[in-house]
Order: sequence, then C-alpha cells, then structure tokens
Amino acid sequence: MTAVALRRLHLPFSLVVVVAAVAWLVAWFAAAPFASWFAFDLLRLERGSPLGEAVAFFAFDVPKVLLLLLGIVTLVTLVRGFFPPERVRDALAGRGSLVGTAAAAAFGIVTPFCSCSAVPLFIGFLEAGVPLGVTFAFLISSPMVNEVALVLLWGLFGPGIALLYMVAGLAVAIVGGLVIGRLRMERHVEDYVWEIRSGGAAVATSHPTWEQRIRDAWAYTRDLVRRILPYVIVGIGIGAFIHGYVPTDLIVAIGGPGNPLAVPLVVLVAIPLYSNAAGTIPIVEALLAKGLPLGTTLAFMMAVVAISLPEFVILRRVVKPRLLAVFAGVVVAGILAVGYLFNLVVPA
Amino acid sequence: MRMIEVLGPGCANCRRLEANAREALTMAGVEAEIRHVTDYREIAARGVLSTPGLVIDGRVVSTGRVPSAGDIAELLFTSEA
Repeated sequence: MTAVALRRLHLPFSLVVVVAAVAWLVAWFAAAPFASWFAFDLLRLERGSPLGEAVAFFAFDVPKVLLLLLGIVTLVTLVRGFFPPERVRDALAGRGSLVGTAAAAAFGIVTPFCSCSAVPLFIGFLEAGVPLGVTFAFLISSPMVNEVALVLLWGLFGPGIALLYMVAGLAVAIVGGLVIGRLRMERHVEDYVWEIRSGGAAVATSHPTWEQRIRDAWAYTRDLVRRILPYVIVGIGIGAFIHGYVPTDLIVAIGGPGNPLAVPLVVLVAIPLYSNAAGTIPIVEALLAKGLPLGTTLAFMMAVVAISLPEFVILRRVVKPRLLAVFAGVVVAGILAVGYLFNLVVPA
Repeated sequence: MRMIEVLGPGCANCRRLEANAREALTMAGVEAEIRHVTDYREIAARGVLSTPGLVIDGRVVSTGRVPSAGDIAELLFTSEA
C-alpha cells in the first residue's frame, strides 16, 4: 500500500537532486568519525596496533572512495555530455601540428572513451582530416588522464598530486602525438581505413534536456560503480594490509631511490592491472604513505590506466604492427620519463 | 518494414541497447527488423565515433549512450515523418 502511494507521489526531479546532494555531504563528513568509532569503539581494537590501523583504514576508505566515485563521476559525466567526440573531431580537423596536438590532448580529459570505441573513433578522426599524430595524442590522453583516476587522486592525495598527474599525462600525450606525427607513419595505417567515406556524417545531434542529462549521468555512474566496486574493495583491503603490516623499510628497499630500476619495475607490474585504476589507487595510497617516491607512484598509476593490452589488440585492426609498436614504445617511454623526472625533482 | 540498427562491436552497452530497442518495439506496438552491426568499417562509414550507435530507418538518432526503452519508443514516433 505504502509503496503504491509513494510511487504516485511524483517528487519533483529537482527536489530529488537536492536531497541526494545533501545526503552525499552528510555521508562525506560522517565517514571519518564512523571509521574510528567502528575500529576502536565497536570492535575495541587498539589505536596504533597493526590490526586496528588496518581496520580503520578500510572502514574509512570504503565509504570515502564510494562517495567520491558516485558524486564526482556523475558530475564529470554530466560535463562530458557537452563534448561528444563528433564535436572534438570537427574542432581538430585540419589544425596545425602543435596547436592540434595540444588541443587533442586537452580534449582527451573531458571526452568519454572506451576501448570498444577506439576503432570507430580512430577511423572517424582520420577520415575527417585530423592528422595522424593529433589522433594519437587524443588516443593517449583520453584513457590516461581519465576521470576516475583524477577524482580518486584528488580525493585521496589532494589537488596537488592530481594536478601533477594531469600535467604529466598531458605532456606524455602531446610529446607522443608530436613524435608520431613527425615520423610520418601514414602508410602504416591499414589501407582500408583511408578508403572509408562517411559521406559528411549525417549524425543527428540530439539535444537532451537537463533532466535527461542528469538521469543519463546517474545511470552511467551506477553502472560503472557496480562494475568496479569489487576491485575497489579488494584494492582497499590490500591497501589496508600494507598500511597495517608491511614495514616501511621493505617498500623503501624495493621501490625507493636506492633501486634505480624501481620505475620500470612498477610499470611492468602495472601492465596486467589494466582497467582497475579504482582498485589500484587505494594500494598506491598505502604505498606512498610508506615511502614509495612520488615519481615511481605516478608512473605506476599511469601504466595501470594507459598500457592496455586489449586496446592494443583492438587497434591492430586499423594500424600495422610497426605503428602499433611505435605507439606502445612512445607511451612506455613517456611514462618512464615521468617517473624518473619526478623522482629527480621531488626526492623521497 | 521499419528498420532498427544497433551499431557496436558487441560490448556490454551494445547488447543493452539492443535489449532496450526490443522492449521499445513491444511498448510502442511497432513492427521492425533489428540488425546488429558489428563491422567497424560499416560503423565508421555511418559517421559514428562513439559506440553504441542507434539507427532508425537509416538515420543515426543516438551515439555514445544507451537510451532507455521509453526514449527509443519516442524516437520511433518522432522519426516516422
């Protein structure tokens, strides 16, 4: 009975949005007191003990990361709705190399990208006259400077590291795009790509209302969070374990400045972790707190999101092996450079 | 016979879009053939950059998002003219 009555009681959409926003804020500020109450009062664990600190870390990070994902991914998705790839393509077509490459890298931040769209996007860009190097700048930046990674970096480490990450990611994308453009590798694109003509792209641009946009963004976010949540929880669990039990000396010995191969080592470790950015960041949070140098940390994060074997396999349909190898090489070299550079500038 | 085409390489979103399209047909009481286009060349040739794309009677009506069954039913009527 009540359910029926409630369903009839059509709440105005704006009210639902306001209530959701207030609930979010309340939960955000309640997370830290809740974690300490949960670990030290309810479970009666000792402050400073490994188990107590691990449990408190877990009980604080799970709601915090969940709230960050739900809140900010919804906002970011909403904003991204105004920058569809079709519009980006039109803005980039026929630009000079430097301006075009920088613009492509910047658009990569706000434009949605999933690896199953990589091929149509690649063909669509080239077909519209976007230069090859500019196209690759976009392909590097779009997954690397991705919203989930940025939001979590911001929430867990503060704006400084998030901005550093963004600037470093953009630099890798711009340099990578310029290098690929300079190498003139157009003949290493599969021949059929050049023959496709979309005939002026008769795509109807839809004009959704704000309510549709918000509903869309929320549906997308709910889906994304549901998909990545198991990884996030496992990641926070591992982070909590590191936080409580792994000695700082061990982390410093393996990943610290004493080991010159630390940066390539973490990049190697990151390759199979693709698409688990959300699960990786809590681990990284614990590692950084335990003395992993900043450059090594950033290189690890970048490698997790940007080096994707499935994406390379998909791109092989449109580019020949040599261009694919150059693409992979440029991305890896860029990430290594970021790692060593930051380690040099910001010593641990 | 009207024609609905779902453009996408077979990812989760494309399958959801196809399911929504079927539901929309039932909702609207419209008969149409549903075709799933997975060939990248054909997707790109339609000018679609972000999958999944939805095509009704040869016209691209949505890209890069998964419209609900209700939205698609509406599109079926508005694109009839």
